Amino acid sequence: MKLHEHQAKTLFADAGIPVPESRLATTVDEVLDAVDEIGYPAAIKAQVHVGGRGKAGGIEIATDRESAERYAESILGMDLKGYAVETVLVEAGVDFADELYVGVTMDRGAGEPVLMVSTEGGVDIESVAAETPDAIAREHVDPAFGLHPYQARKVVYEAGVDADVALDVASILSTLYDLYEENDASEIEVNPVMITRDRRVVAADAVMNIDADALFRQPELAELGEASYENDLERKAGEYGFDYVRLSGNVGIIGNGAGLVMTTLDLVDHYGGEPANFLDIGGGAKAERVTQALDVVFSDPNVDSVVFNIFGGITRGDEVATGINEALDGLEELPKPVVVRLAGTNAAEGMEILNTDLLAVERTLEAAVQRAVRDAAEVTQ
Amino acid sequence: MIEYGTNVVAGAVPGKGDQETAGVPVYDTVSGAAAAEDADASVLFVPPAFAADAIFEALDADLELAVAITEGIPTQDMAKVNKRLGETDTRLLGPNCPGIITPGEAKLGILPGNIFADGNVGLVSRSGTLTYQVVDNLTERGLGQSTAIGIGGDPIIGTSFVDALEAFEADTETDAVVMCGEIGGEDEEQAARFIGEHMDTPVAGFIAGRTAPPGKRMGHAGAIVSGSGTGTAQSKIDALNDAGVPVGDTPEEVADHVERFL
Repeated sequence: MKLHEHQAKTLFADAGIPVPESRLATTVDEVLDAVDEIGYPAAIKAQVHVGGRGKAGGIEIATDRESAERYAESILGMDLKGYAVETVLVEAGVDFADELYVGVTMDRGAGEPVLMVSTEGGVDIESVAAETPDAIAREHVDPAFGLHPYQARKVVYEAGVDADVALDVASILSTLYDLYEENDASEIEVNPVMITRDRRVVAADAVMNIDADALFRQPELAELGEASYENDLERKAGEYGFDYVRLSGNVGIIGNGAGLVMTTLDLVDHYGGEPANFLDIGGGAKAERVTQALDVVFSDPNVDSVVFNIFGGITRGDEVATGINEALDGLEELPKPVVVRLAGTNAAEGMEILNTDLLAVERTLEAAVQRAVRDAAEVTQ
Repeated sequence: MIEYGTNVVAGAVPGKGDQETAGVPVYDTVSGAAAAEDADASVLFVPPAFAADAIFEALDADLELAVAITEGIPTQDMAKVNKRLGETDTRLLGPNCPGIITPGEAKLGILPGNIFADGNVGLVSRSGTLTYQVVDNLTERGLGQSTAIGIGGDPIIGTSFVDALEAFEADTETDAVVMCGEIGGEDEEQAARFIGEHMDTPVAGFIAGRTAPPGKRMGHAGAIVSGSGTGTAQSKIDALNDAGVPVGDTPEEVADHVERFL
């Protein structure tokens, strides 16, 4: 779960990390009130869950009241990579001499958190990682013991941070690790940490993501969570609680288990079709879930045919078939052709009771996918 | 599990000691159950909030194997578990996995026993239902399985592909191996290196997620840590091919490769 920059910075400030003075604003007047208090230059920053806000025009530096008004008007309400900007952070400009990258994340390969520091801050850190991996100093942390303070100093010195600010940066890094642990973060990045001309250290940006699996014990953060959907279909699927990703093709896909659903997408592609979506219905498939899944996929105007593939472990095929039949109850015809394939526990029983007046049935995954691809091709002809 | 032939000797549920369920005695603690009934493995069906504690309890009971079915354990909990795991002799399978089965003998977990057949093909996979799919394709052809292992889909897991492949290489009843991976992380790349350097048993591969759009599932953080462009389906397929492992475009093709091996 992503936090907004201003939410992360509130956590930073409460923990004692220096951040620029700032105000939140949702209207042009509020932006002007904010700059009147903060002074110039002031950054006006869109608060949306999108990377690369600056390049996309979501961050501008106002140097006077007239430019503040102009930028407030252009940013508030703008469409930033599909997200409407409703809130901006108005922040005091920092007169900086240097920019650093500082981050804490989970190194899944090592199974341990890792601290990262680079003097190449202020730029796209992924390009730095890809092109000059040595420019990022790393230090793994024993997750059971926690961070030893020396480790923060070590990685800061190793990165080549200027000696006069190194201890201040190390102190910020230690605090970031505490925040990472206390808040069940999956990732915290500050890019850049700015070194001002008078040699102070300021967290000028903040990226903080929380482990969604840990929200049960982070109730305050869970409330900050704001679903970030790229389109109405993803919103609808998210509200139903499905794992769903929309793609650009015309063969709709419903299945159970991430690996098998991905495989079904790959097979649609392999047999010459184009997958319209990834939808994992999860364990069990009661009538309500089936109805909801079909609702999502049928709502996609790009979808011309649907393949419904369930391999039961604990999910029983006859229960799934009953769920599908109940979902179709009362329908004269389907808006789009659907081919069903059931396998695993009680699959044969399930296949027998499926409503074949409305549905096509196939025994193997390959046959089901090929049929759905054919159905879609016929519609588009 | 009992129906399939697994010798389930005890259950452990705090507060339910001295009771019995399905003819099996229940104990309050895992170590109590293990000591009284001489158990050497455990399966955990514990909700995410308590699952890490349950794994620690299994490790403390000195079991040979603990299988964690639970999906949704906080990653930082698993990092702590992983650290402790390195200090014990217990093998952890999962979490977020369907378990392990030796057809005709025993299973630990939730795999549907009826799709498996006894044979000499080992299978290791990150995904539950994809495991079932590939097993189905193998069984249809009369290609039975020695053991199938679901290692789990979480970022931090107890048994990696390499660990499972090592066990199959040492197993005299396994003559060919199927490895099913998916996008994300670089376990498959490491497995490919291991196969190239240490395995004589032939391996066929399958990688799910070729059509997955980049950025949707691949974490920002992983890309920074590795900084080497791994994690895509193509990178995994290339790594496996370089190690001499044929990768099927479909589960059927995986079965074709296995048939050729045997």
